[in-house]
Amino acid sequence: MDLFIVNIIDGLVFGLLLFMLSSGLTLIFSMMGVLNFAHASFYMLGAYFAYQISTVLGLGFIGGLIVAPVIVGVAGAAIERYGLRRVHKYGHVPELIFTFGLALLIQEVVKLFWGQNQVPYFEPHWLDFALFSIGENAIEAYKVAMIGISMLIFGGLLYVLTKTRVGMIIQAALSYPNTVEALGHNVPMVFMGVFGVGTALAGVAGVIAGPALGTFPGMAFTLGSIVFVTIVVGGLGSLWGALMSSLLIGWITTFAAAYNFEFKTILLAIGLEEPAVAWESKLGDLWTLTLPQIGPILPYLLMVVVLVFRPQGLMGRREA
Amino acid sequence: MRKSIKVGLSAALAMAITAGAGMAENIKIAFIDPLSGPFATTGTNGSAEWNFAAEELVNKQGGVLDGDMFEIVSYDNKMSGKESLVQLQVAIDQGIRFIAQGNSSGIAGAITEAVKKHNRRNPDDRVLFLNYSAVDPALTNDNCNFWHFRFDANADIKMDALTDVMAKDENMKKVYLIGQDYSFGKAVAAAAVRDLGKKRPDVEIVGNELHPIGKVKDFTPYARKIVASDADAVITGNWGSDMVGLGKAIIDAGFEGPVYTYYAASNGITRTFGEDGKGSIFLVGEGAINPIASDRAAAYVEGFEAKYPDHDISQPRIANAVEMLAKAINEAGTSTDVVKVAYALEGMKHDSIWGGTVFMRPQDHQAIQNVYIQEHTDGVQFPLDNSEFGMNAASTVVDAAMDSPTTCKMDKP
Repeated sequence: MDLFIVNIIDGLVFGLLLFMLSSGLTLIFSMMGVLNFAHASFYMLGAYFAYQISTVLGLGFIGGLIVAPVIVGVAGAAIERYGLRRVHKYGHVPELIFTFGLALLIQEVVKLFWGQNQVPYFEPHWLDFALFSIGENAIEAYKVAMIGISMLIFGGLLYVLTKTRVGMIIQAALSYPNTVEALGHNVPMVFMGVFGVGTALAGVAGVIAGPALGTFPGMAFTLGSIVFVTIVVGGLGSLWGALMSSLLIGWITTFAAAYNFEFKTILLAIGLEEPAVAWESKLGDLWTLTLPQIGPILPYLLMVVVLVFRPQGLMGRREA
Repeated sequence: MRKSIKVGLSAALAMAITAGAGMAENIKIAFIDPLSGPFATTGTNGSAEWNFAAEELVNKQGGVLDGDMFEIVSYDNKMSGKESLVQLQVAIDQGIRFIAQGNSSGIAGAITEAVKKHNRRNPDDRVLFLNYSAVDPALTNDNCNFWHFRFDANADIKMDALTDVMAKDENMKKVYLIGQDYSFGKAVAAAAVRDLGKKRPDVEIVGNELHPIGKVKDFTPYARKIVASDADAVITGNWGSDMVGLGKAIIDAGFEGPVYTYYAASNGITRTFGEDGKGSIFLVGEGAINPIASDRAAAYVEGFEAKYPDHDISQPRIANAVEMLAKAINEAGTSTDVVKVAYALEGMKHDSIWGGTVFMRPQDHQAIQNVYIQEHTDGVQFPLDNSEFGMNAASTVVDAAMDSPTTCKMDKP
């Protein structure tokens, strides 16, 4: 039971981290129709900038948390204004290729400046202690802080999108961009702003995930594909959907890794006999497979199931 | 006017080149390892160590034979077996007779097969394979051949030494095994189960699992399982970011016992563990640079750090490989007849710069040497990664696995 609660908390931490990445991406995707392949690269940039600011420049963790996302957001807005917007008129495929190239470029630039190795970007000392323990498992103060920061951002985003005038325009531009433009709003400006804020959110995710999951040139790649799964499962353009699917995927991957369920038990239960040498049997690897081994593909399986039964995603209004 | 300058320059250049070639006969060693891509750090570090060892231990001592110098020629194999074989052929075509490679046992397996075939078909220009790092036991057992020499301790020897030391800990009752889901991870787990079962049948293996290699984003759930299993110690063969992620998650989850590893040092790993790793992270390996064995070794490490500030002596065995090759060439009196060199290398007892002796076992060409259980700590004489932390030898197994059995049956020319 202790372990169950601990896994709930760990899954929540990872899920909320995914949410910060996917919330920005889902807004960008639904508004501009651009699958931004470079989104996770902005997450990586956030981590590296925060490392540079907090450790090398000596501004501390809070300094990194405030400054790094701003730089990432400004860079994102500039890339939209001077890059994506120019490519936009040629259609979706050039846009895709542009963001894909951008992801590769950012990866190489990061290697050029910070090298191949993991950089020493750590939790701040004042958060690096066990806040409480469940059973023998320590829950770090930093993890609780991660939950707090993500919750704050979700609240703020929800407030801006649903309660303010800016949010109304964004929501309107999501579904009827031409009408909003006809009413005299500067839609390209809104696009740029959303892109900037979206990338800044990815930057925040990078700042707080860097110390926990490691800051290295492969970090964008390891998280990149799962973020797309999250927004497709959640439904394009839906903040609540992004939250739900992020948490779902966070818990699925955590629980899958946490329990050593063996597929052998199912095979034995349906009356099959265990072969002496597993790979000589027709079912082959199924006999030796455990749940943690297939954990990483479960989110993709979930995506396939959702696409079959609910193509618009859990909370989405239109089809993907 | 322009043209004549060009002609003059190229003439001068041509003269310089021929003059350089005529001055001394270089004995070339082909270094085939990843110099680009995700594993480039390991490869470039190895290249620096080979170059420094050749320069410092051979060339500055007057070379071998009649003043012949060692020259390391680096080839980038991009961590691919296919590319390695292409580069191997290029090296052989250029007349190089000594091949050095170490990263990935899969690639070492491909090279050792290719070398065997080449030597059978071309008895006039045979080559030797100096394996300085690939630790798959098969290379000196079922897949051994006369042309392959391994200077590192293989995975079984390391596990044998590690379990020797672990077995002395009476308080250790439960051990957790975790590794990457591929041949090496499985080999480590199998060796641990076998050796612990033999030496400490009372110890319970409370976990034995493999995780997808390079795919785990968050190691926390694994760490929770380890803590919940009440394990007293963890053994892992993980490397790269899988090592850092796993180690950090285990420590953060509140695990207090030792984590025994094969590769948790250098290449940014030591720096990343920093303060948290103290008293938790252990590594089993040959050649310890802390405490340093002699003034000569200390001067060697200092010289290396001065010349390559961004690299570390992370593979001390490279110095042994270079010195032993030089000795063998001198003993054989030739650098072109590699059969004579191989016979000189076989059975050689060498006093290592890092202390202890290295014995090249004739029956399987596996180097038998001291193996050290090293502890991640601060305050050492030679730290790693430009940090305050480094590895310090906590216990030594002298001439580890000297009498270990081998299934190697090699045809000797």
